Amino acid sequence: MNTGKDDRDVKLLEQILDESKQVQGVSLWQDAWKRLRRNKAAMASMATLCILGILAFLTPLLPLQSPIDKDLNNRRFLPPSLETVVMGQRDGLKFKDGRLTAQLAKFEDEIGELRTKQRSESDPDKRDAIDEQIENRIEVEHPFNQLWNELDSVSWGLCELRVSIFGDYAIPSIFGTDQLGRDLLARVFWGARVSLIVGIVATLVSLIIGVSYGATAGYFGGIVDTIMMRIVDVLYSIPFFFVVILIMTFLGDDAIKKRMNEIGIDQIMVFYVVIGAIYWLTMSRVVRGQVLSLKEEQFVESARTVGASSSRIIFRHLVPNVLGIVIVYLTLTIPSVMLFEAFLSFLGMGVSPPDVSWGLLLKDGVDALSSVKLFWWVVVFPGAALAATLFALNFLGDGLRDALDPRMKNRD
Amino acid sequence: MRDLLSYLTQRFFWMLLTLWVVYTFSFILMRSVPGNPFSSERNVPPAIERQLEARYNLDAPPLTQYIDYLVGIVTRFDLGWCIRLEDYSVNQVLAEGLPVSASLAIFAMVFAIILGVSTGVVSAVYRGTYADIGMRTAAVLGIAIPNFVLAGLAILLFVFGIKIFPAGGWGTLRQVALPALCLGAPIAAYIARLTRTGMLEVLTKDHVRTAFAKGLPKRTVIMKHVLPGAMLPVVSYLGPATARVLTGSLVLEQIFALPGLGSHFIHAALQRDYTLATGMVLTYTVILFVMNTLVDISYSIIDPRVKLQ
Repeated sequence: MNTGKDDRDVKLLEQILDESKQVQGVSLWQDAWKRLRRNKAAMASMATLCILGILAFLTPLLPLQSPIDKDLNNRRFLPPSLETVVMGQRDGLKFKDGRLTAQLAKFEDEIGELRTKQRSESDPDKRDAIDEQIENRIEVEHPFNQLWNELDSVSWGLCELRVSIFGDYAIPSIFGTDQLGRDLLARVFWGARVSLIVGIVATLVSLIIGVSYGATAGYFGGIVDTIMMRIVDVLYSIPFFFVVILIMTFLGDDAIKKRMNEIGIDQIMVFYVVIGAIYWLTMSRVVRGQVLSLKEEQFVESARTVGASSSRIIFRHLVPNVLGIVIVYLTLTIPSVMLFEAFLSFLGMGVSPPDVSWGLLLKDGVDALSSVKLFWWVVVFPGAALAATLFALNFLGDGLRDALDPRMKNRD
Repeated sequence: MRDLLSYLTQRFFWMLLTLWVVYTFSFILMRSVPGNPFSSERNVPPAIERQLEARYNLDAPPLTQYIDYLVGIVTRFDLGWCIRLEDYSVNQVLAEGLPVSASLAIFAMVFAIILGVSTGVVSAVYRGTYADIGMRTAAVLGIAIPNFVLAGLAILLFVFGIKIFPAGGWGTLRQVALPALCLGAPIAAYIARLTRTGMLEVLTKDHVRTAFAKGLPKRTVIMKHVLPGAMLPVVSYLGPATARVLTGSLVLEQIFALPGLGSHFIHAALQRDYTLATGMVLTYTVILFVMNTLVDISYSIIDPRVKLQ
């Protein structure tokens, strides 16, 4: 009798054990992802942004026209059209047959000739001279360098791939052309690269500064916290927009530019850092608040008991726990940084030609507006690109905030 | 009252500290440009260059310059002479530009508050209707579209299209209207969102239910019992809103060719007129500080639970 009851107990217990094994804990991230997936607007924004990012990265591969090739005679302010365009067709380029591929073949032949000549040369001095000549010719005459501005090695490779896939085909000027006869579609795409990179890099800079500053202040508390947060308060009341303009003015000075070039610092790099360095204030406040409450938790106590150092506790135990809120602020910081870049470029103090960004395109567009004729496309397309990106980022940020908010957990 | 006084003194102290930080920072920036502001120009004869340096006090050692300039600002509010604008002191430029910028900013703020609050209220009261959805979409669009794009579109539409506004210039109400609308639109959108959220929160409160239950007309309940509570986030947003108006005015004054502080500042920056730029940054700091203080005070008046500190 007894054994039968025991059997039943064992079975029951096993059954409960099996059931409990099937129950899986839901981590914060899984829960958030579940809620985010239900938010259609946020998902659509995320998809848009992913596509945008991929397209921006693959811009050199796409069959776009040249973003910098000017045609002042025939192609100024052309309205959007579907007229076919061939790469390298402009007479001024003096490409062979007016085609990029033909010119490319011709140019490579010429360089090849030079190289054979160099190989047959016995005098090392002359060989070096020819080497230099080849490099100069590539820099000035290579068709890629005439059609694109300072391609890095990845983009160069993508461009070669593009020529081998699409040949001379280029998408017609469906966005029209600008006041110097450049294709607007290509410029919007190349501008997207700069605008997105500014947004991302500057935000990362602000992330690094803000999180470490806030976490340090919150963790140490007391007088350290008071002083550090007082500094933030003072910085908060400085009108940074104007200070940044002051800094950009300073960096734009010829003497400073020369000195920076000597050290090897790019102006655009300083630009990223300067923007990033002013957007960390809110981030540091938010992180500090979170850390203040987190540091009373037991896991911090136990980490300290086993002898973990302060920096280890801050960066290994506290920072990962504030990641959720940090990501939300990240998605909300990127649009404001991009907007800021657009503002500065619009005022002529950010990205400078021949680089191109959306802010710069808009500046060109608004400048063209004051003319007698209506060139609506020079404003509408870059504006729409910028607005759509900011729109999507804002939506995604809001969605993430709702999804990661612990108060929303297991609701709806 | 004593609270207020000690609060004001404290704020004043912090303002001075902030101004000093800004001043020192821009002074160091100015002085670390190699050479002097005139060395990049066409060959200036040495005698004239010495005269110029003497006029701008550039021949003194840096520390003396720093102190002289600071003393001039503190004792006489004298921000010095413009480097590029001939025969203009920074104070004169400020005196000319400030009224223009201030009226533009005030118009924009008033427009933003009126439009934002009214659409926010309508959208909360008629929650879920097409009006609500339409206004929310408009608000998101307003936040996402930068105001210089908006200005471009507005010029296309109202200046070249329907021709009801002039393209630029300053003086008449019609000339102010379009830039002020473009400047205020993103802020209106933000205020509308804040108002809507605040309204929805207060609408579920007990005292509102009581007010409805005792038979007060809807209009009275909303105007007297809901709106004041819902205004708190809006009031606290007014500080950042001022900052946005100031930065926005930089761009809009450029686009509409208004002779305000913003266009002077851009000019100063592009021309490397360091004294003018410094003077303007200091002025902007003061404006922002004063606005933030006012917002804090009014916040504590509206909500007695908030203590000034």
